[in-house]
Amino acid sequence: MKILALDSSGLVASVAVMENDNLIAEYTMNYKKTHSQTLLPMLDEVKKMIELDLSTLDAIAVAAGPGSFTGLRIGSATAKGLGLALNLPIVPVKTVDALAYNLYGTDKLVCPLMDARRNQVYTGIYSFAKQENASDYQLEEILPQCAVELQEIIEKLNTLGKEVIFLGDGVTVYKEKIEELIKVPYSFAPASCNRQRAACVAALGEELFAAGKIQTAAEHEPDYLRLSQAERERLEKQC
Amino acid sequence: MKNEKDVLILAIESSCDETAAAVVKNGREVLSNIISSQIALHTLYGGVVPEIASRKHIEKVNQVVEEALKEAEVTMDDITAIAVTYGPGLVGALLVGVSAAKAIAFATGKPLVGVHHIEGHISANYIENKELEPPFACLVVSGGHTHLVVVKDYGEYEILGKTRDDAAGEAFDKVARAIGLGYPGGPKIDKVAKEGNPEAISFPRAKVSDAVYDFSFSGLKSAVLNYLNSCEMKGIEVKQADVAASFQKSVVDVLVEHAMLAVKEYGFTKLAIAGGVASNSALRSAMQEACKKNGVTFYYPSPVLCTDNAAMIGAAGYYDYIKGIRSGYDLNAVPNLKLGER
Repeated sequence: MKILALDSSGLVASVAVMENDNLIAEYTMNYKKTHSQTLLPMLDEVKKMIELDLSTLDAIAVAAGPGSFTGLRIGSATAKGLGLALNLPIVPVKTVDALAYNLYGTDKLVCPLMDARRNQVYTGIYSFAKQENASDYQLEEILPQCAVELQEIIEKLNTLGKEVIFLGDGVTVYKEKIEELIKVPYSFAPASCNRQRAACVAALGEELFAAGKIQTAAEHEPDYLRLSQAERERLEKQC
Repeated sequence: MKNEKDVLILAIESSCDETAAAVVKNGREVLSNIISSQIALHTLYGGVVPEIASRKHIEKVNQVVEEALKEAEVTMDDITAIAVTYGPGLVGALLVGVSAAKAIAFATGKPLVGVHHIEGHISANYIENKELEPPFACLVVSGGHTHLVVVKDYGEYEILGKTRDDAAGEAFDKVARAIGLGYPGGPKIDKVAKEGNPEAISFPRAKVSDAVYDFSFSGLKSAVLNYLNSCEMKGIEVKQADVAASFQKSVVDVLVEHAMLAVKEYGFTKLAIAGGVASNSALRSAMQEACKKNGVTFYYPSPVLCTDNAAMIGAAGYYDYIKGIRSGYDLNAVPNLKLGER
C-alpha cells in the first residue's frame, strides 16, 4: 500500500510518502513561514521529485491532534481536500503518538511534550513492547495523549519510577522546569529525532489503516483535545 | 449541461460564519449554491466566535462541496477551475476553505483562483442581472464592510469611501443587542422596525468632514446607547420598534445620500448594492426610490446572494479566471486584504 502523510500540528511542517515499509520521500521544515504557505508547496515538490502519481495512493494519514488549532486545520483541510478529489480515506493519527514513535524500540519511557500555551503541555507517556512471538515493537500508551500542566506529567513520571526520554517543542520551553522537578533518570532526545515527522505519521498510519481505523474525507475533523475558549467560559458560567 | 467552451467554476467560501460551495457556469449562471449556516450556533455567544466558526468550517467543508457538485449534476472532471475566498475575513475561518481548495486544485491539476470576498459580494449582482456590466457604482454594506466603490471594469475597483469605524452591519448588531433583539441584528431590526415610527427619535446622520464619501457609524451607535440610558434614568419606557426604526432610518439615510452624491458627481447611470445589509428592506426601498428620482438603474441581489455565499465567489472567480489570474499552492489567507489588491 502507498500512503501520503501530513503533519502540521506544531511548528514543523512535514510531508512523507511511504510504500510498504519503504519511505520514498520525506520533506520536513521547521521555519517561521506559516503552514498555509509551506505544506502544499512541499507536497508539490515531493510529488515532482518522486514522480508521484496521486491516483496510486491508498490513503492519506494526517496528524489529527492535538496541536495548534490553526495548524491542525491546515493539515486536516488539506487532507480532506485531497481525500475528496482523489476519493481516498483519511487515517487520523494521534499527534503525540506519532511524536513518540520517533524513539521506536527504546526500553525507556517516552514522554513527548508540545507547548499547549495556557501553562499546559500536550503530552502522554509511552513505551515500546513486543507481543509474544512478535518481531516488531508496538507503541503502548501508558498515559494516552492529553493536555495537562507540566507538573502533573512530571509527577506521574516520578511515580512510575522509570528512566524517561523527553522530546518535542515543549522541551525548549520547559527544560529548566523539567530539570527542577524530575526525580527519575532522564534525557532529552537529540535534534535528529525530537520533532514531528510525517514518516512517523505514515508508519503509524499504515498500522491503523491495516486495522481498519479510517474515516471518510467528509467525516474527518481534528481532535483538538480542548474546547474553544468561548465554549469553556460558557460552561464555567453554567457550573 | 456543459458545452466544450463553458467555464465551470467550483467556488468555496469560508470567511466568516457560513461554509459554502457553489458551481457557477460562465460567471453568471448558478448551477448550485450550497450554504451551511452557523448562525444558530453563534447566537449562543451573541456573535461570531472565530474558533468555533473555524471548527464548524472544517466539519462541513467537504459536505458542501460534494452537495454543490451533486446539485449541479456535474463531477469534478467537468470543473474548469477552483475559486476560493482568501480574504478579507477571519483568518482561521479563511484558512479552512483556502487549504481545502488548494488541495482540490492540486489533486485534480485544475487552476486555482484566490478571490476577494468583497469582489464576490459585488459580483453577486452579475448573477441575476445578465445585462449588468461595468462601469457602475456599488455600495457594499455588510457586518464587516461599508464601501462605496466604482467598478471600473471586471476586477478593477476604485474605493470612493469607506467606514472610519464600525461597519453598517456591525452597528445593526450592536444596537440589536442593546435593545434586546440579539444576534444577528440586521434581519431582527429590519423586522421590528416595520412596526415602529422612523421619525420617533432623532438620531444623528454622521458626516466625515474631510471625506464626503466616508462613513462613520460609531457615533450613531453611541447616540442609541445614550438614548437608552437616559430613558432608563428618567424611567421612560423604551419602545423597541421605534428605536429600531429610527436607528435604521438614520443608517439608510446616510447610505442613500452618499450613494446619490457619488452617482451625481461621477455621472453613473447604474448603481448596485451588495453585502448582507443589502437585503435590508428599508435600504432597498429607499435606494430604489432615490435611484428612480435620479434616473439611475438600481441593481440588487436576492437575499440569498446578499448573505455570504459561494455563488458570488464563483462569479468573481470566473472573471479573474478569464483574465488569466492564477494563485499558487502557497496561497495564504489574508484577513485584512484590501479591495483591488492581490
